[in-house]
Amino acid sequence: MIRYLQARLLALVLVLALMSVIVFSFVHLIPGDPVVAILGTEVDQATQQALRHAMGLDRPVLEQYVLWVGRALRGNLGESVRTHEAVSAILAQKLPVTLQLTAAAMIVGVCIALPAGVLAAVRRNSAIDLGAMGVALGGVSIPSFWLGVMLILLFSLHWRLFPSIGYVPVGRDPGDALRHIVLPALTLGLGLAGALTRMVRSDVLEELGREYVRTARAKGLRFARVIGRHILRNALLPTLTVLGVQVSVLLGGAVITEQIFAWPGVGQLIVQAVQSRDYPLLQGAILIVAALAAAVQLLVDVAYALMNPRIRFG
Amino acid sequence: MRRRRARFLRHRLGVAGAVIVGAMLLAAAGAPVWRTQDPLGMQVSQALEPPTLQHWFGTDQFGRDVWSRVVYGTRLSFTVGLVSMLLATAAGVPLGAAAGYTGGAVDAVVMRCMDALLAFPALLLAIGLVAAFGPGTASGIIAIGVVYVPVFARVTRGAVLVRRQEEYVEAARALGHTDFAVLRRHVLPNCVAPILVQGTLGFASAIVIDAGLSFLGAGTPPPAPDWGTMLNEARQFMVSAPHVAVFPGLAISLAVLGFNLLGDGLRDILDPRL
Repeated sequence: MIRYLQARLLALVLVLALMSVIVFSFVHLIPGDPVVAILGTEVDQATQQALRHAMGLDRPVLEQYVLWVGRALRGNLGESVRTHEAVSAILAQKLPVTLQLTAAAMIVGVCIALPAGVLAAVRRNSAIDLGAMGVALGGVSIPSFWLGVMLILLFSLHWRLFPSIGYVPVGRDPGDALRHIVLPALTLGLGLAGALTRMVRSDVLEELGREYVRTARAKGLRFARVIGRHILRNALLPTLTVLGVQVSVLLGGAVITEQIFAWPGVGQLIVQAVQSRDYPLLQGAILIVAALAAAVQLLVDVAYALMNPRIRFG
Repeated sequence: MRRRRARFLRHRLGVAGAVIVGAMLLAAAGAPVWRTQDPLGMQVSQALEPPTLQHWFGTDQFGRDVWSRVVYGTRLSFTVGLVSMLLATAAGVPLGAAAGYTGGAVDAVVMRCMDALLAFPALLLAIGLVAAFGPGTASGIIAIGVVYVPVFARVTRGAVLVRRQEEYVEAARALGHTDFAVLRRHVLPNCVAPILVQGTLGFASAIVIDAGLSFLGAGTPPPAPDWGTMLNEARQFMVSAPHVAVFPGLAISLAVLGFNLLGDGLRDILDPRL
């Protein structure tokens, strides 16, 4: 297990290093002069030179990268070209808001997918199965930006059940915070629910055919108990690995969901950074979110290994 | 081949996907025929009209015919999907093939780079690249292509690793063919199935990412009839004219559903092990 952990950690460090190169290169992929791209052509030479120096663009590329990574490792991601705030400070403020949304979406996804997937598998080829699979296929195919707009149309403009946009901190008013997170969490979580339901169903189906299920049934256990105690334990392992990949999808999808619901998290920050050509902010935000996604993936893989003796002792 | 076709025809969902994709391809190819008005023609006096016999899907805020815009949008979306997948295949397949066939250091270096690209949330990587290249359809295509390079590299590598062990490959090598010739003539042709499946599923994601970029204002700029841009603009008129948001979204969902079903069907037929 320790060897497995070591190998995985090493791989993570390598992936993070390569990710930093990719994010670093964003500025250098800009056609022409990045400083002109940021400031436009109507500023004087001195201002351009000052920004070029502040961003370190007047140094050799390799030196720029080493400096940038060195500072990033110490938590310094540079400062916003527009507001001159430290990027790390902005992210520290925005990231928890995004994580709330992602966690809520994950709860929505799992709470729908588990019962739906199990029911669909147990009642294979029934109307329930068909219905669940149809909805799951819809969840996978309907893009979140359309789903979000439709949810606002129905639940807030038509039925007036939930507020259409905005964010309320939990600390200020828990009830209101909950009302505000419902639609964004549904928007982000239904896609996940679709993907997970299909996964849970096929994993449970596979386990249902196994001998231990027949044994458990033969010794007189109730079916619900067989599912809860035996099948789910085995069936959920592969589902768990999918969940790790899905965290990455959720963090990406949050960009769009936050834009629809005016949710003041990192996603909205990234869109604003693109619009205002604030490259240090954009780089910092993308680097941190991507690193987070990679770290979660590692955690999930380690959890999977801990629960699966075939890897633990392999 | 005939047996495969028969099996595919029995795969009802796969056939449904093929029908949807086929119909949308027809819509894209024959857009000038199907349109009822000029997709860019404004008639402000008829702005935000609900669906009528004259305007099947109603009109948008500038009085443009939504049906004609959705039909032309098919062209744009399918072009982005096709070109970005071709780009991703052109880079990903050789990389994956080289990694899988040579193994060793080449494999390690190539695949770690692919892992790093793959570790990014797809949409974030696309946004970062588009921010660098500047917004526009071409930037979107390149960005989606880059996002999908590691996907094709992985699939190809996996397929090549399996084929490399086969006896006919060993025979070809024993006959003295160069590595490149063996790869090109014997290994890769037998790896087409998984690549094709991945390309079909990737097509669906490409359409979503492209529409997402446009929705965020980083894709195809207005007034081009892009599904994502149409949806983004429609948000302002959601209360008075919900139809403007409904139809482009339906078109995206239908396209994605079609390619997903087709991809799943192809996978079940071509590669039962996946």
